Amino acid sequence: MISGTTIWTVIAVLGLGTFLIRFSFLGLIGGRPLPEWVLRHLRYTAVAVLPGLVAPLVIWPAATGGTLDPARMLAALVCVGVGVWSRNVLSAMLAGAVTLYAVLGVMALL
Amino acid sequence: MQAATAKSAFWLGFRDGLPFLLVLTPFGILFGVAGTEAGLPLLETMLFSVVVIAGASQFTALQLMVDQTPVLIVLATALAVNLRMAMYSASLTPYLGGGKLWERALIAYFLVDATYACAISRFEKEPGWTLRTRIAYFFGAVLPVCPSWYGLTLIGALIGTTIPDWLALDFAVPICFLAMIGPMLRTAAHLAAALTSVVLALTLAFIPYSLGLLIAAVAAMMVGAWVELWMQGRSRLVQS
Repeated sequence: MISGTTIWTVIAVLGLGTFLIRFSFLGLIGGRPLPEWVLRHLRYTAVAVLPGLVAPLVIWPAATGGTLDPARMLAALVCVGVGVWSRNVLSAMLAGAVTLYAVLGVMALL
Repeated sequence: MQAATAKSAFWLGFRDGLPFLLVLTPFGILFGVAGTEAGLPLLETMLFSVVVIAGASQFTALQLMVDQTPVLIVLATALAVNLRMAMYSASLTPYLGGGKLWERALIAYFLVDATYACAISRFEKEPGWTLRTRIAYFFGAVLPVCPSWYGLTLIGALIGTTIPDWLALDFAVPICFLAMIGPMLRTAAHLAAALTSVVLALTLAFIPYSLGLLIAAVAAMMVGAWVELWMQGRSRLVQS
């Protein structure tokens, strides 16, 4: 259970911090460009955080008590594969969900 | 295209923003569901979407809070997810930086992946547009995207607890993240950063408070930047 103070702190600080990140150049720094080496690192922030966040959820899913689950593993692989191939978030999401339900269904029948 | 009026630019923005609803719909509903499943009251789930208005970081913060991570690390990791928006802000400044302070503040609040993607591709195509036209276009693109984000969160939060177990919704959040990651892997540098992130996050998972994830993320950013430089050097060699 998450405590009320934790939630309110996270909402307030994350909200303010995210606004300041978005406002940074538009509002405060104006037209001055960022140094190239900073931009070069910023380009990879999303792709550096999200895969690491999701990897343990795929390998050790809480729903199976942390043991590798073929349905979730396959769904994850199909989801990323379709995303890379189609460049489309929605197709990737659908492909992942269909795979998950298909394998879960087959496993339930066996 | 002839000189656009503010009004026609607004509706052009609206039409450009509309297709993003397809992605936002499952994503927004899932955030509402995930919030309710994590035990957040309706008000808090809604405030999350209204105050932060950045899906990936909302999911990140929620997941880490469910894992009982200390607040400082929740904030550092979720803010890191949003750092890319500093790039959005920088790249739109030449087009929108001349606006009034309150306009720029409002634009900053609504600067999400979808509105940025619309704005930058349109502004590059229409170099003759005036500042007024560009601002009108931006808010046109905001209209189908941002209010829907609040509404979809509400729908998800309301139906959240009624969803049965066999739907395996525990895996909805990973699927959302994974679906976002695929299309991001545009270059060898992005791929290298993503692989570094996965390998280090898994091997450093024993470090408490999700600190391993932060270390993995910083290392992955450096690998991405380094591979980019290396690829550039190589292509220069090939050309010369």
